[in-house]
Order: sequence, then structure tokens, then C-alpha cells
Amino acid sequence: MAHAHHADTATPAILQEVKPASLPRAILVANNRSFSWITEKICGIIEGKTPTWWWVCFALACFVASFTVAGIAYLISTGVGVWGHANPVNWAWDIVNFVFWIGIGHAGTLISAILCLLRQKWRTSINRAAEAMTIFAVVCAAIFPVFHVGRVWYAWYLFPIPNSNAIWQNFRSPLEWDVFAVSTYGTVSVLFWYVGLLPDLAVLRDRFYSSGNKLRSALYGFFALGWRGSNRHWSNYEMAYLILAGISTPLVLSVHTIVSFDFAVSLLPGWHTTIFPPYFVAGAIFSGFGMVLTLMLPLRAVYKLEDLITQYHIDCMCKITLATGTIVGYAYAMEFFIAWYGANPYEGFAFINRAFGHYAWAYWIMISCNVITPQFFWFKAVRENTSFVWILSIFVNVGMWFERFVIIVTSLARDFLPSSWGYYSPSIVEIFTFFGTFGVFSVLFLLFIRFLPIMPMAELKAVTPQADVHGGGAHH
Amino acid sequence: MAAPSYGLIATFDTTPDLYHAAAKVRDAGYRNWDCITPFPVHGLDKAMGVPRSIVPRISLAGGIIGFCTGMSMIWWTGAVDYQLIVGGKPLFSPMFAFPVSYELTILFTAFATIGGMLFLNGLPMHYHAVLKYEHIRRGMDDQFFIVIETRDPRFNLANTKALLEKAGGKNISELEA
Repeated sequence: MAHAHHADTATPAILQEVKPASLPRAILVANNRSFSWITEKICGIIEGKTPTWWWVCFALACFVASFTVAGIAYLISTGVGVWGHANPVNWAWDIVNFVFWIGIGHAGTLISAILCLLRQKWRTSINRAAEAMTIFAVVCAAIFPVFHVGRVWYAWYLFPIPNSNAIWQNFRSPLEWDVFAVSTYGTVSVLFWYVGLLPDLAVLRDRFYSSGNKLRSALYGFFALGWRGSNRHWSNYEMAYLILAGISTPLVLSVHTIVSFDFAVSLLPGWHTTIFPPYFVAGAIFSGFGMVLTLMLPLRAVYKLEDLITQYHIDCMCKITLATGTIVGYAYAMEFFIAWYGANPYEGFAFINRAFGHYAWAYWIMISCNVITPQFFWFKAVRENTSFVWILSIFVNVGMWFERFVIIVTSLARDFLPSSWGYYSPSIVEIFTFFGTFGVFSVLFLLFIRFLPIMPMAELKAVTPQADVHGGGAHH
Repeated sequence: MAAPSYGLIATFDTTPDLYHAAAKVRDAGYRNWDCITPFPVHGLDKAMGVPRSIVPRISLAGGIIGFCTGMSMIWWTGAVDYQLIVGGKPLFSPMFAFPVSYELTILFTAFATIGGMLFLNGLPMHYHAVLKYEHIRRGMDDQFFIVIETRDPRFNLANTKALLEKAGGKNISELEA
């Protein structure tokens, strides 16, 4: 007994002299807001009158989305030849747009899953909207490969469904891996999002019930599955949420790895490189954070959410953009180095051609947007200038689209045999279809901010000081 | 009261109040009782004596089933049902089957996790005595409730009410079943 007591206190003398600094915790909900303030703020957005700007944006988004609808209708009725693909560039904008949209989705999963595992509590105010962004980005991404199959009514051949020809898919093909990766990603993202929504739907159910709107109460109530805030339920719920975060993390990394396999597993110079998986994942997160900033900054301004999306949140997002943008810049440099160091003339040519060939304009747009733009985020003054951050985020989006264009088109247009070289330009149908996906995305996102809570209320409440059971949180 | 009673419900205004009250109800030996909170309260499981969730076991089972489904599907379709020779390579190898099996592991784990969570929680359940409580809206917003059910062997209207009062519960009332 005496011995045990001695062991407890036998800390090195130095530790008793050193007083650990009490580091201030970042304040995640500013101005010491109460639980009911959070509920009112978030639910108020849904319960209030539809603002005029929403209708204007919605009408505009529907108009833009009609370009995709028209482009696809024309493609289905005519054939896949209406896109500008021809030998040697047999896929271009469709796969560029696919990778672009999937990459944007990845930041949502990063915020909801990886930052959850790393206990980055600042994620709580942005994770709901970021997950919504993921789902809508996957929807936009899926349009392109599905319609690129040409006869879209055969798209189910992508899945191992027994058919009258009695043949099965070739599971050696990275494109088949991609089918599984992207459909799993879409499904798990929707499930993760829905599980996160459950408690908040219950809040809306009870609020609409007491305000007399029985129809909306029934609708939210149906999807809330009878959630009643029971702590025995919360116990299982939190465990399930943690596991979903745990499996979404390898999922998001594997999805973009497999997307990069579409290229890396081929033998084409400029594609056949082992750096592709990590480079694609970093690029995806980079572009996704660009899109999160593009979406969240206007939302914060319009709905006056400064107490929930604080400067600290913006700083964190800018720093992640800076870090991943720098990784992407490093990958660009390393590709060049390996092309030279590998001493393969085809590989060397592919990279010289990227920077100085016919598509040099695209390459230098990519470099300036992706490598130079994020470097501004080193400066605090830049991170605190919200309008400037927003403009930079647009450059990130543009740059990452061009990255996929450069990788895909330059390698195909100039491969081994000069006799098969070509130059690719998109057709007007492709341009319209891609342009329209921004409308599709916006329509979905506008519906989301109108009808669903844009922030997870339960999670926000849990990170406030008054949520601490020892009542000590407020003093820190 | 003629209508059968589901139990007693008491209101608490702050998280620490609820936390200490939950520990008292646990120590009094109740089994069929619950806390209603608008967000997961850290540490409340311990105060209530709720054991660690078994959702992970269901998830693990889902993951194993998913991985085996992927491997066996690829083996059966390509090496048994319709032998497809690609590039003169063996009909089956776990290497090329891995990415798809990996994704199916995650997919099935997700289904098992969410299905398991809902099953263990007895959801969906759109009709529940607690949901009929007139102030339940506050329980989704900024207040905390403790509910002790009449079916608990230790339940006794007077004693249970006294316990909740002593624990600091306000607005103690009976819930209709």
C-alpha cells in the first residue's frame, strides 16, 4: 500500500517545477451562444419565408442545368459522336469532368470523416454542407461516365447482374474497379449524411408540430425515424457515427486512388506513374476545399453565420488548401524530375510537351492556379480578407479542372507514334453539358439549404462550453 | 389517472444537473430508465451505467461478409461460371480482385453499422410515449429529461418521484403510455 502510494507520487522533480502552459482552446461557437440560439439560428433558415435571392438563384440554376439536360438529350437521341472525341483522344472532357467533380466531393468526406477521427472539432459547423456538396458532386460526376457509354440503356452492364448473354464483367479492369469505388462512395456518403441528419430532423419535426404545420412535421418526422434523443440511442449512434467516419477515411482515399488507376495502370507516357494515387488524393482534397470555401463564404455572409463559421474556421480551411496545394505543386515537380531521372525518352517527351507543346496554355493556367494561388494563404491578412479568399478559391477550382485536362488530353494527343498524333477540341455539346452541371449542382445545393439544416445542431451544441458535464468548459 | 402510465419524466436545465441526477438514478438501482438530451452528452453513458455499444461487432461481421462476397463473386463469375481469359493470365488472383472486394467491405460495413445501430435502438419507431410529452420540443432543443418507466421493478410512484425531486428534477409529471 505504502509502496503503491509512493509510486503514484514518484514523478520526476522537474515536472513539479514546470507549470504546463494553459493553452486557450479555440472558440468554435463565438459570443457564448446558448443551445436554443443555435436551434433558432439554424431552424430559422428553414422556417422563415423563402428569400427573394433564393428564388433568383434557383431560377438561374435551373436555367444553367437545362444545358446539361439538353446536351444529354441530344447525345442520347444522336449518339456519343456528338462529343468531340476522335482518335487518338477517345475520352477527354467526360473523364476530365468526372475526375473534377469526384475530386470536389472528397473534401466533404475529408471534413466529415478524417477530421472527425482527428478530433478536429472545428469541422462541426461546416461538415453538413460539405457532405451535401460531396453527394451533389458525385451526382454531377456520375453523369459523364454513364452517358459516355453511348447507349445509356445498357449502363447496367457495368454491374454484375445476370444477363441473357451469360457473360460477366472483366474485374481486371480499373474501370470496373471505378464502378464499385464510385457507387460505394456515393452510397456511403448518402448514408453518412443521413445518419448525421437524424437528430436534426427530429428537431424540425417537433418544431413544425408545435407551430401547427402538420404536413411538414409528418415529412420530417417520417425521415427522423422516431428519434427521441434517448441517451441509450445516442450511445449506439455515436459509436455508429465513429465507425462510419472510420470506414469513410479509407474509402475516400481508395476512391481517388482507384480513379488514378484508370490512368496509372495503363502504359501511356505521363499516366504510367506510381505517384498518381497520392497526387490525385492531394489534388482532390485541394479542389474540394476550394469548393467548400466557394460555397461556405457566401452562405456565411447571407445567413449571418459569423458566430458559427468563425475566422478560425476560415483559417483552418485556408491552411489545408495551402498544404494540399503545396503537395500538388511538389507532385508536379516530382513528375518532371522522374521523367528526366527515369531516362525514358517517351516519358521525357510527354512532360516537355505538356509544358511547351500545343497544350502549354492549359499547363500554365494549371500551374498558376494550383501552385501560385494557394501560396497567398501563408499571409494572415489574406486569410482574413473574406472576399479575397473567395476569389482565390475560384482560381483553385479552375486550376484543378485544368490539371485533369492537362493530364488526360496531353498524354493521349501525343503518345508513342507521331503518325497517330492529334489535337483535341471539345464540341459545343460537351461544353454545354459540362456548363450545365454547375446548374445541376446549384439546384441541388439550393434545395438543400432551403429544406435541410445546413449545420448539425446536435454536434454544434456538443462543442459549446455549456455542454461540459463538469460545468468547467466556460472557464477555459 | 385512468390512462395507464408509461413513467415519470423530470426536467433539468443544465448538463451538469442532468449528469449528477443520472448518477443518482443509477445508484438507486433503476434499470428501465433513460435520459433525453438534444445532443450526445460526453460522459453521460458512464453516469447512467450504459455499457459500451456493441455496434462494432455488427460492423465487423458486415465487413467480413462484404470482403468474402467480393472475392467469391469475382472468383465465381470469372473462373467458374464463364471462364474469361484476359491477357493469358490465371483465371483468378486475389490481387486484381482486391480493389472491388475492398470497396464491398466498406459498403457492407456501412450497411451493417447503420442497420445495427437502428436495430439496437429499436428504430424506426414513430410512436413513443416520450414523443407525446408536451415539452418534448425542448428536449430536442435545450433541455434535458430523465424518464423512469413504470415497468421498472423498483418503480413506485411516490418513491421515484421523491428520488427525481431530490436529484434536482423540475416539472415532474406522468407520461401517458
